[in-house]
Amino acid sequence: MSVIAPNFKLSGFIKAIINDAVWFLLIFSLIGFPLVMMVLFVIPMPVIDGELLTPFLAFTYLADPSRTLPIVQAFMTTDMFKIMAFPGFGFAALLAAGTIFLERKLLAKLQLRVGPFYCGKVEGILQLLGDGLKLISKEIIIPAKADKPIFWAAPVLFVASAAAFVALIPVAPGWVVADVDMGLLAVFAVIGFFPIVTILSAWSANSKFPFIGGIRALFQMVSFEIPLILSLLGVVMVTGTLNLSEIAASQSSFPWILFLPVGAIVFFITMLAELERIPFDLPEAESEIVAGWLTELSGMMYGLVQLGTYLKLYAFAALFVVLFLGGWNGPMVVPPFPMEIATEGIEIGPITAKIAGLPLFDQEMLNGIFWFVLKTVAVIIFILLPRGVFPRVRVDILLNLGWTKLIGLAFVNIFIALALVYAGVLGPGGLQ
Amino acid sequence: MTVELPPGLALQKVDERIMTLNVGPQHPGSGHMRIIVQIDGDYIVACDPDPGYVHRGEEKMAEYRNYITNIPHLERPVIHDSCNALYPYVLGVEDLLGIEVTERAKYVRVICSELNRCIYTMYWLAIYGIFLGHSTMFMWPAGDRELLIDLMEKISGARVTHSHFVPGGVRNDLPPNFEEVCLRQVNYFEKRIKEYAAVFYDNPILISRTQDTGVLSREDAIRLGTTGSVLRASGVDYDLRQKEPYDVYEELDVHTNVMKEGDSYARSKVPWLDMMESCNIIRQALQKMPKSGSVRVKLKPNPKGKGLDSVYKRVESGRGSLGCYIVSDGKVEPYRLKLSVGSFRNLIALPYLLKGEKLGNMPSVYWSLNYWPVEADR
Repeated sequence: MSVIAPNFKLSGFIKAIINDAVWFLLIFSLIGFPLVMMVLFVIPMPVIDGELLTPFLAFTYLADPSRTLPIVQAFMTTDMFKIMAFPGFGFAALLAAGTIFLERKLLAKLQLRVGPFYCGKVEGILQLLGDGLKLISKEIIIPAKADKPIFWAAPVLFVASAAAFVALIPVAPGWVVADVDMGLLAVFAVIGFFPIVTILSAWSANSKFPFIGGIRALFQMVSFEIPLILSLLGVVMVTGTLNLSEIAASQSSFPWILFLPVGAIVFFITMLAELERIPFDLPEAESEIVAGWLTELSGMMYGLVQLGTYLKLYAFAALFVVLFLGGWNGPMVVPPFPMEIATEGIEIGPITAKIAGLPLFDQEMLNGIFWFVLKTVAVIIFILLPRGVFPRVRVDILLNLGWTKLIGLAFVNIFIALALVYAGVLGPGGLQ
Repeated sequence: MTVELPPGLALQKVDERIMTLNVGPQHPGSGHMRIIVQIDGDYIVACDPDPGYVHRGEEKMAEYRNYITNIPHLERPVIHDSCNALYPYVLGVEDLLGIEVTERAKYVRVICSELNRCIYTMYWLAIYGIFLGHSTMFMWPAGDRELLIDLMEKISGARVTHSHFVPGGVRNDLPPNFEEVCLRQVNYFEKRIKEYAAVFYDNPILISRTQDTGVLSREDAIRLGTTGSVLRASGVDYDLRQKEPYDVYEELDVHTNVMKEGDSYARSKVPWLDMMESCNIIRQALQKMPKSGSVRVKLKPNPKGKGLDSVYKRVESGRGSLGCYIVSDGKVEPYRLKLSVGSFRNLIALPYLLKGEKLGNMPSVYWSLNYWPVEADR
């Protein structure tokens, strides 16, 4: 009998392990196996050793790493992977989760607090998981007089709009979900959806505080959309393209923020307003209108809106990086991949394995992702910082700022861009 | 037959444009009260404060307890300022019983009272910060308050509800070595609160939000009967510590902070300046205090008043003038006790100030009135 576990019995322990193993096998065979098969049916199969893989053959290959990697590589080129995992939703959600943790700890340091501490043993790193579990397990309460279909749909629409925004962001050369030629116009179109979703949610709740919050959000987003669009026109003028990948590629020697600082500042301020972050969090001003348009949302509906908000935050920060800070461009810091492993094989104990399909990621892509993430996190920190420094502004001051000062500055930026283009300093594609 | 419904519940025939909002009692921006606000777009047309949700019958309760057992519950209306809340009662009972307090006890009372004023004002400031959406200004005062709470804990043994003042002096003498610790903590506290200027009082967004909002003119401030920091922010130099000095305030050099603007920025700044003045008073009191001596005059177990008698005493609390009227009929408990609190007198100004303001100004104007809902309800 030990002191640590006085009720410990070996038989019970073995029984628990067997029990767990049975559950694991059951879940894997019932969910995992069909899932892998479905994925294998969807992706285009590569030709390995002269024979075209069939899904069933591929499934038998999964046990061998040298034959698995080509399949993984083939999977990585599919749209499904791009949408769900890497440049799309999964990557953005991971960065958004990191942002929430960073925000809590950063703000806590600023305010002489500790922040999340207990959940997850190390600096409260699992606090977000705990919050998510709490939100999922909570009851969803819908006001009796709410317009139920719209009220249900609004949080989902909000996340969908944010995910659509994320899909337009190029992360590394060639790594973008939707490489649209009119990329920037598509961004404006997606941004235009947020006020609609907000007012739908606020109006369908049929409650006073959400209504006022929704109207405020509408005011704020619509009046800041104009300086937002105008501030980005300068970049379009000097690059001559609306494609976000091309805009990022055009900054290989220097970022546009050096030439268009006014536009960058205007875009940053309008970004704060579009994101409803302090000092522009009027639609959620808790001392005036409880939680604004989020007041009646409960449980996971609120969780979805929060997820959408942070996805939107990531997408705006990434847009700032792509347009003004040079996107993925940066000095090469990632070491080259040792190609001997793929060509000559690697010695694992007594056997020499030759792994086909390596390297999975090329050097330029990893370098691009590194610089992109670094710059995005830096911009996100700048978005988070005002929360610790500024109080909330008032509606009339906000609208005054949006309609007079920012639009004026955005025009100044356009004139700077025009002067640069006509003087022949800059043209489409960089220095002339 | 018509039934009189309480305000806010009655159906009112108003313009279709006007929306009635019930801010409180369960609202993050109200406290334990309700403000019925009628808005036209973003403008407040009418406002009707509705206190009374935390009425505890302190005055009636006082009629059933003797003069000593009244002490713990009379400080409950405002626990963060408990020494000041008890001060007028203790002064009044001493007057009724004809007790003269020792010099050292008077100085200890002044120190406790000023420490409590700072503790209360820091709490008030923290809430003012979060009402304006400034979360750093919520955390910093709430943390720096601990310095003074520690001092009060050293003096009385309790963090908030001290019950330290008793008729005849104070409960216990100061702990040994208190003067040095107090001086050190108060000096550091003053240094800390001066830093708030950079993050809060000089913040351009704060100034643009609170300046010229909810302006209370000098005449209106006097006419509506406001007291304390609200009155001083409207340009009236009125502080009971200076005008009607009690205990040893006349031996101390008390400055008052007066601002002429009368807007919500001035009302939020005057308590902050008052805290620095409190630090000055504490330093003076520590210097002038007799180093030894008794701090408590022993009373009989159940003190009684001398026949039919009444007394009214008032002090300057964190929220302005706090008066206590005691009627004694010669028994062990008071015949009648009445508290006249600054919170309620300041709240009267709210409907006048909010009329025609924007909805976004409501929290800043409301909380700048230095109003404590529990104290107003008693």
